Amino acid sequence: MAEQDWKQQKRPFAAVSLTPLFWTLLFFVIPMAFVWFYSFGRNVGLTDIDIVGTLDNYKRATEWLYLSIFLKSLAVAALVTLICLIVGFPVAMAITFASEKWRPWLLLGIMLPFWTNLLIRTYALMIVMGQQGYANKGLEALWGGASWLKTLVGLQPMETWEPLPLLYNNFAVVVGLVYVHLPFMVLPLYSALDRLDKSLIEASLDLGAGHLKTLFKVVVPLAAPGIIAGVMITLIPALGAYLTPDLMGGTDSQMIANVIERQFKRANDWPFGAALSFLLIYAMFALIALQGMRKKTGEVK
Amino acid sequence: MTDSKQPIIQIRNVTKRFGKVAAVDNVSLDIMAGEFFVLLGPSGCGKTTLLRMIAGFEVPTEGQILIDGQDMSRVPPNKRPVNMVFQSYAVFPHMSVADNVAYGLKIAGVGRGEREDRVKEALDLVKLGGFESRMPDQMSGGQRQRVALARSLVMRPKVLLLDEPLSALDAKLRAQMQFELSDLQDEVGITFITVTHDQDEALSMASRIAVINKGEVSQLATPSDLYEFPANRFVADFVGSVNIFEGKLIIDEPDKAAVDCPGLGKVYLNHGVTGPHGADVWVALRPEKMYLHVQGAGKTVEAAAKDAPEGHNFARGVIKGMSYLGDITLFEIQLESGAMIRVSRPNLSRHDQEDFTWDDKVSMHWRADSPVVLLG
Repeated sequence: MAEQDWKQQKRPFAAVSLTPLFWTLLFFVIPMAFVWFYSFGRNVGLTDIDIVGTLDNYKRATEWLYLSIFLKSLAVAALVTLICLIVGFPVAMAITFASEKWRPWLLLGIMLPFWTNLLIRTYALMIVMGQQGYANKGLEALWGGASWLKTLVGLQPMETWEPLPLLYNNFAVVVGLVYVHLPFMVLPLYSALDRLDKSLIEASLDLGAGHLKTLFKVVVPLAAPGIIAGVMITLIPALGAYLTPDLMGGTDSQMIANVIERQFKRANDWPFGAALSFLLIYAMFALIALQGMRKKTGEVK
Repeated sequence: MTDSKQPIIQIRNVTKRFGKVAAVDNVSLDIMAGEFFVLLGPSGCGKTTLLRMIAGFEVPTEGQILIDGQDMSRVPPNKRPVNMVFQSYAVFPHMSVADNVAYGLKIAGVGRGEREDRVKEALDLVKLGGFESRMPDQMSGGQRQRVALARSLVMRPKVLLLDEPLSALDAKLRAQMQFELSDLQDEVGITFITVTHDQDEALSMASRIAVINKGEVSQLATPSDLYEFPANRFVADFVGSVNIFEGKLIIDEPDKAAVDCPGLGKVYLNHGVTGPHGADVWVALRPEKMYLHVQGAGKTVEAAAKDAPEGHNFARGVIKGMSYLGDITLFEIQLESGAMIRVSRPNLSRHDQEDFTWDDKVSMHWRADSPVVLLG
């Protein structure tokens, strides 16, 4: 009813939506349109681009060299999303079932990193994971302790500790991306779980189900919208991640965004960069469309 | 309830504290097999906490709960031989009606054939045959409640717990479900324990009622005993409507008693009270227990008093408020002392309410065994 009334008020609706629409048009749609046109163009000279309607850029972008990086980015993003989901679900559950007093603080803890610049957070993580970082120092101490214990019972001490190469590889990229994207996963999960009628969980227990069965038969299916939202909101930015692989990755861990950056800067090949960018955008559109289709079939059922 | 059988549920000195507040305070109750037992009380009195402790969702701070003779202290909810119908019904929204009802059976490992038979049987019992493939969001509140009932009954629990089962239904449906729940309980023979704040619901369905106030059992009695012989002011006031007057016990003999109430005058009773002489007591008088007469047609109030049957108590007043409720009319009457009293009068003929109007002088009388003298 309320929605109907609201739809009938066309003028105020137009008035409030015009400004953001105009904003989006001016600063998003039009500039993106330029990039889109560039993707059909060709470099002439250092700064001039002729839009000649060629598909050469796209042909080059789908060559195995670039396609493989693209697929690898997708795999990394998927892995990051999966880890975020596995780590984030229990966290979201814990926040949901925490006492009223604790919940705001736990939520604050999840959101706190948002208030810090991504660059600073990334460098901070690099300090932890470096050759002489806490992670390696801590492991070294543990190793030393274990070695000492062995000597105590009369065994040979272990070999000296070699710091683990935690940084500048694919492992570091995945850890960094999980670290950055975890809040994006936890918040939609939390909002879905918070809306869940707790008596449904009790009803399941009451009918004889244990906690694990209740989790997989009641909680997870009912939190599905939140899980899908969390997956999308994690997967899409992770797919386009640039800073984390750039700073924490090694030579073999570049992702598609790093390749795109190189085209715009070092290679000065804007048309090719534009084509790669749009392939990435199309992929994201496809993901969102997939989610939309799933929602529709769900409603029909 | 002179049942020689062992109680199906024994609640022994159970206390539940949340922080420093005792939601349930040293409650002991025995509930017999086959009873329709109601926990009645205002919101926040601890009745739901008590029910949830029987189900296993809350753990008693002190005391013990035994189901069928077995201590439930260390038994989790999913291992208890009781099932619960939740206030929100808690029907799983992502499962069809049949899947909802089959849920507990599947977990218990009941084979497909038997499962389908029992689901059908349970749905027929709650008159939802043919609704198997419906989804909960395609059903009304009343139907969803039936699903919740079937889902619990299909487990054949020893005790069925119902948390405010009718509170979300509209008045007509509620009245109908009151009868249906009673019939259902007769049919399946399972012990029902219901929590409610609605006295009508409690009176109409229960075999016994425990009135809970501030975490304690205020009175445990059958519905009619609870209404006609309330043990204290709280019960008298909470169950039904009542006039309560403070007074002093001036006569107390085995076959008669009298209370002098500043508000109502001297009230005579034809039975003893067994309270200390001169004690502060309260007289409770239900609005429907009084006969009301209007002064008029040449009849004075005094004449009406003479008409009052032998042995009746008598009072006079002026009508200050009336509310016509269809079946009865409720009068607010100011007594000569200035105190107010409520009297209800059945509208036996279609024109009854026309005899009375505001500021009419009226008289009322009542039997000597109608008032209840309360010591607390």
